[in-house]
Amino acid sequence: MKRHLISAADLTRDDAVLILDTAEEMARVADRPIKKLPTLRGRTVVNLFFEDSTRTRISFEAAAKRLSADVINFSAKGSSVSKGESLKDTALTLEAMGADAVVIRHHASGAPYRLATSGWIDGSVVNAGDGTHEHPTQALLDAFTMRRRLTGPDDGLGRGLDGRRITIVGDVLHSRVARSNVHLLATLGAHVTLVAPPTLVPVGVQTWPCEVAYDLDQVLPKSDAVMMLRVQRERMNAAFFPTEREYSRRYGLDGDRMAKMPEHAVVMHPGPMNRGMEITAEVADSGRCTAVEQVANGVSIRMAVLYLLLGGNEPAVATPAASSRTEESK
Amino acid sequence: MDAQQHPDAAARPVLEAPDIARVLTRIAHEIVERAKGADDVVLLGIPTRGVFLARRLADKLEAITGRGIPVGSLDITMYRDDLRMRPARTLARTEIPGDGVDGRLVVLVDDVLFSGRTIRAALDALGDIGRPRAVQLAVLVDRGHRELPIRADYVGKNLPTSLRETVKVQLAEEDGRDTVLLGLREPAETAPVREQ
Repeated sequence: MKRHLISAADLTRDDAVLILDTAEEMARVADRPIKKLPTLRGRTVVNLFFEDSTRTRISFEAAAKRLSADVINFSAKGSSVSKGESLKDTALTLEAMGADAVVIRHHASGAPYRLATSGWIDGSVVNAGDGTHEHPTQALLDAFTMRRRLTGPDDGLGRGLDGRRITIVGDVLHSRVARSNVHLLATLGAHVTLVAPPTLVPVGVQTWPCEVAYDLDQVLPKSDAVMMLRVQRERMNAAFFPTEREYSRRYGLDGDRMAKMPEHAVVMHPGPMNRGMEITAEVADSGRCTAVEQVANGVSIRMAVLYLLLGGNEPAVATPAASSRTEESK
Repeated sequence: MDAQQHPDAAARPVLEAPDIARVLTRIAHEIVERAKGADDVVLLGIPTRGVFLARRLADKLEAITGRGIPVGSLDITMYRDDLRMRPARTLARTEIPGDGVDGRLVVLVDDVLFSGRTIRAALDALGDIGRPRAVQLAVLVDRGHRELPIRADYVGKNLPTSLRETVKVQLAEEDGRDTVLLGLREPAETAPVREQ
């Protein structure tokens, strides 16, 4: 693994499987009476959030705290950023405070990359969502949820999602979740199909490792997992579809549509959900919807990422042989 | 690695398969004797090879007592004191038997006891999982050179070694055969950074 986690496209298959396997062990900590590990004692993780977020920030905070790291939360509101401080000066301040890792969410695509490559800070940079670019830990937790549901927590160890058919539905244009998922799921061997109104399909999608379809009903019967994306009204500066009712009739998931999916298939949603828009309450509350599970899995995945980036003297490289404990390590 | 070939020509076996089997049988009897029947014993192996040894011991204890003995594994990676000396390590499985460890006699099982740091980490890990009545330690080989005040309750073989020597345990489950090899470090490694 590299020193930073900026894009899901940077991850090799070995890296991705290592993160998922590590998360599987981290998930077991949640079942213990003491949900804490001493591993990152004395390390400082800064949550640098320039954009609103509840679940991602809480999730990173919980992950860092379960690993005993010190957590500093920084949100743009109520900070010097609202007085006009630049990203560079904010970064230099964090560096002076000795941040070992910076988890950044920013409204500008590319901000985490800038932070990681500028030399402003020495620590690891973890992208927690930048503009409409990427959200790699969300893709990892989605893949983790799929592997657990479709293959099983134990049977899935060491494996990808080979041959699985994943359908991602909705506002792909504005979705960093979709972008990260397409790259990661393709790396893990899954077949990804995007389903969206033509106006919400990004330019250049033909270069992505996925297919594009416009009719949800045709794709559903062949899907192992269906991921519904939120319609991001806050990023919409033009009319992308005539009415919400029309959108939800053609691209929303309701009980009738869900019945067309194979028996084993799951419904996923990265949250926050717009009930009645892209997903009906009936589907959201059914046992096939993994939205709440995804949140729990998010903590495990972020623990795994923080451990692999900060747990040693350098980030973990591609998996060593299974029995890496040598004789002198007794 | 080809299991039939010694990784380094100087390595010589100090325990062979029948010796290992006999030693484990003796340790199983010692556990029954000291625990007065092994009623509340839980065996926890430390990955990788300690887990296989724990399972073998559990089989022998079952043969002696006629009762099922809970056996699990305890990964100590996250509790090591030398994490920052090497790249982040791959985690192994921690599997605590269903009834937990509270109030039980936990016997930790590992292949080689050396500096004692692994066991220190295992005790810390155990403390986060529950509160055993008592904790004991069983090892296949004790090679000395302790760096912490830790000793084993059950020892398969005491093997006085120098720091220039290496002790390698191979078990059928992992390496295709049972043996304990005593070898010499490569000259380049004569002054290794001592780890756990």
